[in-house]
Amino acid sequence: MVILTSVLTTGALTLTACGSRDDSGDKGGDNGSGTTLTIGVDAPLSGENSTTGLGIQYGAQIAVDDANKNNWVPGVKFKLKALDDKAQPATGQSNATSIVGDKTAVGAVGPLNSGVAQTMQQVFASANMVQISPANTAPELTQGKNWQTDKKRPFKTYFRTATTDELQGSFAAGYAYNGLKKKKAFVVDDKQTYGAGLAKIFNEQYKKLGGKVVGSDHVNTGDKDFGSLVTKIKNSGADLLYYGGQYDESALITKQLKDAGVKIPLFGGDGMFASTYIEAAGKSSEGDLATAIGVPADTLPAAKTFIETYKDKGYKGDYGAYGAYAYDATTAIIKAVKAAADANGGKVPTDINDLRSKVVDGVQKSDFEGLTGKMSFDQYGDTTNKQLTVYQVEKGAWKDVETGTADLK
Amino acid sequence: MNTLPQQLANGLLLGSMYGLIAIGYTMVYGIVQLINFAHGEIFMTGAFGALTVYFYILPDGTSMALAVPLMLLGGAIVAILIAVGAERFAYRPLRGAPRLAPLITAIGLSLALQEVVRNFYPGADRARAFPGLDATHDIGSVTIKDADIFLILAAILCMAALAIFVRRSRTGRAMQATAQDPDTAQLMGIDTNRIIVIAFAIGGFFAAVAAVAYGLKYGNVDYRMGFLMGLKAFTAAVLGGIGNIYGAMLGGVVLGIAETLASAYIDEIPGMEQLGGQSWANVWAFCLLILVLLFRPQGLLGERVADRA
Repeated sequence: MVILTSVLTTGALTLTACGSRDDSGDKGGDNGSGTTLTIGVDAPLSGENSTTGLGIQYGAQIAVDDANKNNWVPGVKFKLKALDDKAQPATGQSNATSIVGDKTAVGAVGPLNSGVAQTMQQVFASANMVQISPANTAPELTQGKNWQTDKKRPFKTYFRTATTDELQGSFAAGYAYNGLKKKKAFVVDDKQTYGAGLAKIFNEQYKKLGGKVVGSDHVNTGDKDFGSLVTKIKNSGADLLYYGGQYDESALITKQLKDAGVKIPLFGGDGMFASTYIEAAGKSSEGDLATAIGVPADTLPAAKTFIETYKDKGYKGDYGAYGAYAYDATTAIIKAVKAAADANGGKVPTDINDLRSKVVDGVQKSDFEGLTGKMSFDQYGDTTNKQLTVYQVEKGAWKDVETGTADLK
Repeated sequence: MNTLPQQLANGLLLGSMYGLIAIGYTMVYGIVQLINFAHGEIFMTGAFGALTVYFYILPDGTSMALAVPLMLLGGAIVAILIAVGAERFAYRPLRGAPRLAPLITAIGLSLALQEVVRNFYPGADRARAFPGLDATHDIGSVTIKDADIFLILAAILCMAALAIFVRRSRTGRAMQATAQDPDTAQLMGIDTNRIIVIAFAIGGFFAAVAAVAYGLKYGNVDYRMGFLMGLKAFTAAVLGGIGNIYGAMLGGVVLGIAETLASAYIDEIPGMEQLGGQSWANVWAFCLLILVLLFRPQGLLGERVADRA
C-alpha cells in the first residue's frame, strides 16, 4: 500500500510538472526577423546517467549555436529545448509528446538509454518527426525484434549515430579473449534493454571464440550492496568480469570487488564510459575497460574546435562519450532543414507537418563529414560509421587502447 | 572454497545497517504510532552532513582516526536537526489528524528532502565520493574491511547504549510509559512532547551512524540512497515486530542474511536457476516478510509489548 501511495504521489507530481509544456507552441511562425525552429533534446539531465546525458545536451547546444552564428539556414534561428528524462522510459515518452506538441519543433536528438528510446519511437513516428539518438545501441531499435534472423525497420523516423550492441558486444568479446588473453569470464547485467542485450551478445561471442563463461548473474538498477555477488565472483575463479549496464552500478561493483581482494578487471560497454565511473570507483577502477562507439573524440581533427568550445563554456557533463555525436546528430537535422528550404526556393516550408516529413527524408539522405567522421545512414537508420574503441582506466583517466570494427562470425 | 562463512558475514553486515536505520522507524512508531517514511532521507542527509565535514571543513590529509568521529558528529547534527525539525513542523501539527495524513506528509517530506539535496548540494545529482576505510583483514576464510568492523562495532555499541538508556534512565522509563499510554503518562507528569522529540533525535542519531558506516563501506553517497535503504529498514522493523527496538535489530539482521543467502545460493538449486541471483534478493526478502506476517502477524519479537519504547 505504501509503495503504491508513493508511486501515486510521484506520478501525480510528474504529471503536474508536465502539464504546461506545450505553451511556446504557436508563436514561432514568420515575423519580421525570420523563423525560429526548435530542436528537442531528451536525455537524463539529472540523477542516474546524467554525466553522459548532459554531454548530449551541450553537444547539441554547440551545434545550434554554430548554426545560428554562421547562418547555416538563412532566415532561420534554431533553438534548443532540452528535457530531462531521468533515464526513465515513462518520462521519455511524455517528453517526446511534449516535443511533438511544439509547433516549431522540427526534430529531436536523444535519448541516451535504449529502454527510453523504445517508448519514444512511436510518438515521433506518429508525428512524422525525425529522432536521432547519439547513444542508443540496442539492435531492435532499428532492426526490429527479430534482428538476428529477419531484419526489419520498425520506424522510419528513428535514426542513430551509435553503432549497435551486436557489434559492441562482439568487439568486447574479441578484445577480452585475444587482446587481454582472459579465458574465464563472469558475466553480469542489469536486466535493462541495453545491459542485458550487451551481456547476452558478449556471452555468445566469447564462448564462440573459445572462452569459458564461469558464472553469470543479474543486478537491479539502484542496488548498492554487491557483497554476495562479489563472493560468488571470487569463488568462480574468473579472470575477467564483463558487465552490461551503466556506471552507477558498475562503479560500486568494481569497488566492492577490489576491496574484497579480487583483482580482476571489470569490462563494460559505453554505458560506463564516463568520468563519473572513475570518480565514483576511485582507485579501484584502475585497469578497468569499456568499449565505446566511434573513435576517441580528442583524436579527431574536426572535433578540436568543438572540444575547445565545450571547455571554454565550462559545461558540466562528459562530451567524451556522446557530445560530438550529439553535435553531428543536431547538424544532420539542421542540414535537412536547409535542404528542405533549398528545394522550396530558399524559404522554409511554412506548414510544419510538411517541413517535418521533408526533414525525415533529408536526414535519411545525410551525407557529410561530421566531427566523428562520415555521417550517413543505412536502410535501417543505423549509422554507416561502425568504428568502436576499447578504453582502459590508466592513472585515473580513460585511455584509448584499440580502435577497430567488430568481426562478426 | 566454502563461501558460506563469507556470505553470512556479508548478510550480517548488510543487516546491521538495516537494523541501525530500522531503530528510528520502530521507536517513533512505538511512541506515536507514526511510520516516518522520511526516515530513509534523514539517513541520507546524515551522510551528506558527514561528507560536508570531510570535504569542506577538515583540512586535506586529516587522518581517518580523527576524521571519522568528526564526521559522525557532523552527520549526527544534521540528521538530528532534520529529524527533530520534521517532528516539529511536519508531524506535530497533524498529531490529532487521521493516521493517513502524517503518512502522506512523510512521503512528501521524503521527496522534498531528496530534491533539496539534489538541487542544492554541490555535485549531489550523481554519486559523490566518500572517504573509505578499505584496508582488509582475513579472518579464516572471511575477508572484511575496516569499514565493516566499524559498522559492527557501531551497531553493537549503539544497541547496548540504547538498551541501558531505555531501562535505566529516567527519560528511558518515561519513554516506555509514553509508549504504553501517552495520555496516562501525561497525567503522571511526563512531558510527552519532549519524549517524542527525544525518540526522533535518537532515531536521527542512529540513522547518521548508519549513514557514516554506509559511506565508509561503499565509498560513495547520492541523494537517492535513502529510498531503498529506508524501505528495507522499514521492512526490518516490521519483520522484527514494529515498536520493538531489539526486534528492529533482529529483523535487520534476518533480512540482510536472507537477502544475501537468497542471492548467493538459490540459483544453484537445480530447477531454480531462473529464480536466484542478486536481482532476486528483494523478491525473496519480501517473501520472507509475507511468510512471517502470515504466521506471526506481530513480527518476530512482537509480543513483548511492554518493552517497546
